Amino acid sequence: MKRSNTHIILYLFLSFFSCGNEPVTGYEPTPEPLKIPPLFESYILAPVLPIDNPQTIEGVALGKQLFFDPILSGDNTQACADCHAPQNAFTDINRFSTGITGTLGKRNAMPLFNLAWNYDEKFFWDGRSFSLEHQVFRPVADPTEMASIWKDLVVELQNHPEYPQKFKDAFGTSKIDSTLVTKAIAQFERTLISANSKFDKYLLGQVELTPNELNGFNVFMDGEKGDCFHCHGSDKNPLWTDNLFHNNGLDSSFSDLGLGVITGDPADNGKFKTPSLRNLAYTAPYMHDGRFATLEEVINHYSEGLKNSSTIDPLMKFVNQGGVQLSQQEKADLKAFLLTLSDPEFISNPNFKP
Amino acid sequence: MNKESFNKVIVILYISMFWSCSSNSDLQAKEVQVSFNFSSSWRGVPVTNADFNDLKYTNTYGTSLSLSKLRYLISNIRFTNTNGDIIHLPGYQLIDITENKNLSLTPEQSLPTGKYTQVSFTFGFTNGDNYNKSYPDLNAASWNVPEMLGGGYHFMQMEGKFLDDTNTEISYAMHMIRAVDNNLTPMRFEDTFFTVNLGPMTISDNTTIYMDMNIAAWFDSPNTWNLNDLNNMMMPNFNAQLMLFENGQNVFHLNHITP
Repeated sequence: MKRSNTHIILYLFLSFFSCGNEPVTGYEPTPEPLKIPPLFESYILAPVLPIDNPQTIEGVALGKQLFFDPILSGDNTQACADCHAPQNAFTDINRFSTGITGTLGKRNAMPLFNLAWNYDEKFFWDGRSFSLEHQVFRPVADPTEMASIWKDLVVELQNHPEYPQKFKDAFGTSKIDSTLVTKAIAQFERTLISANSKFDKYLLGQVELTPNELNGFNVFMDGEKGDCFHCHGSDKNPLWTDNLFHNNGLDSSFSDLGLGVITGDPADNGKFKTPSLRNLAYTAPYMHDGRFATLEEVINHYSEGLKNSSTIDPLMKFVNQGGVQLSQQEKADLKAFLLTLSDPEFISNPNFKP
Repeated sequence: MNKESFNKVIVILYISMFWSCSSNSDLQAKEVQVSFNFSSSWRGVPVTNADFNDLKYTNTYGTSLSLSKLRYLISNIRFTNTNGDIIHLPGYQLIDITENKNLSLTPEQSLPTGKYTQVSFTFGFTNGDNYNKSYPDLNAASWNVPEMLGGGYHFMQMEGKFLDDTNTEISYAMHMIRAVDNNLTPMRFEDTFFTVNLGPMTISDNTTIYMDMNIAAWFDSPNTWNLNDLNNMMMPNFNAQLMLFENGQNVFHLNHITP
């Protein structure tokens, strides 16, 4: 009896010690898998989800809060959402975004949606960042954008009344670092899925397109007309981008080398990432430098405005005459089709608002 | 252990070794996986994406040209054994020289070691594979063919620049699909996929088959390709597709196999 009592006492003692000193181990945030749209499920590969940053309810919520919080900028005046506005499919209506010091950027802010389906994981107009998490590092620290110093930002977040607990909820630790910040924001950004446009509904058999919209789709797919599908996807590739880099004949000489800056290869000069054609109704101005204010200008560019250069994409046709010379009706129909790729539910989704 | 017991153990060990050796010599064909390696060349000189974007090649017509994109599809690898039975290795591969992707392939299905009278594959897709099937990786790679051209998938995309007869740099885009004349109702089709026969070979453990595409052959024979006349919008060009089909017969060859 005496011996068993000793064992009981020892057991309780160890149990107490073990519980008392143990940090929160075994804590797991709540998994929240991405909701894959039916067309994506049917037609294309699964999204890219890093194994070291699984989607969780707490991670996404934290990422969303950070995305809309100006604390991320050097003087606490600018949030990610200021240049990536939800009502504009997470881009900026201004040609160039203004940083906290009043400096203008040199490129148009890219819209943010369907980012988990960027299979090569090259982000920005010039592909300078590999992975969504790594992408987040840049605008926060860029002196022409949010101009934060990560070390100082981490201290600020650590001293915040809410964030340490939210990081603990999301990642099991209240010790904040820049990597966890980028992971949380990347989780939120991966939830920005746009797949409910009129054309999506058409493909799902839920609505009909007008004759003009259908004709516009034919112009889009016709190799002798728009021939847009080689770079911009199709009814079989609902991303409406190849996520690759092309010179689409904007300039005969380059003030911005684009991909060439990153690779150092002159053959990449003037190449920029193909933007998705989803949500064009909300994402003006267009092109990497926002030079076109309207879709009409964009279509006119491909129809009559192509400029030759050494790196122009071979799929830009009839360059010596400026393009494929679409008729006015073809242009109007093409525009009508392009607008069917816009997704009003995406820009009004309360989950994507602060 | 006394000496007698020790000797017994030794005897048993020798017997078991003998048995194990004799079972190894049973020459039963072993099932193995085979690997494929896809390379490219220009008349015997290797071509990689590092050679792209340089007008350093001259085709049979005499035109200087460069490559900026080259990717193509192969499918339905087949091994014909000495009994005439054909082992199909299902699947396909989009070989992308531009991005240096998918230049090797090891099909999951294994096959018996030994002699095969013919190893072959399909360039492109047969009609059965091409239509009414959805390949997520090919869709994601924007490899589709518009429905107005019959749908299905590309077989090849080769693009680059060339110097035309006036010495002006012009783009070309040779996209190969199943030949279609969509000016007719119903549309007229002609098959352009073809079988590439790599010849007989012996398959053993860890065999890798190295095959090569001689890019120059696409421009060579029987149709000496004049890029001045045919350089773009080839998908809806029925005759251009047939010319590519004809020239494609001489494009692939077995480089070597190991071991």
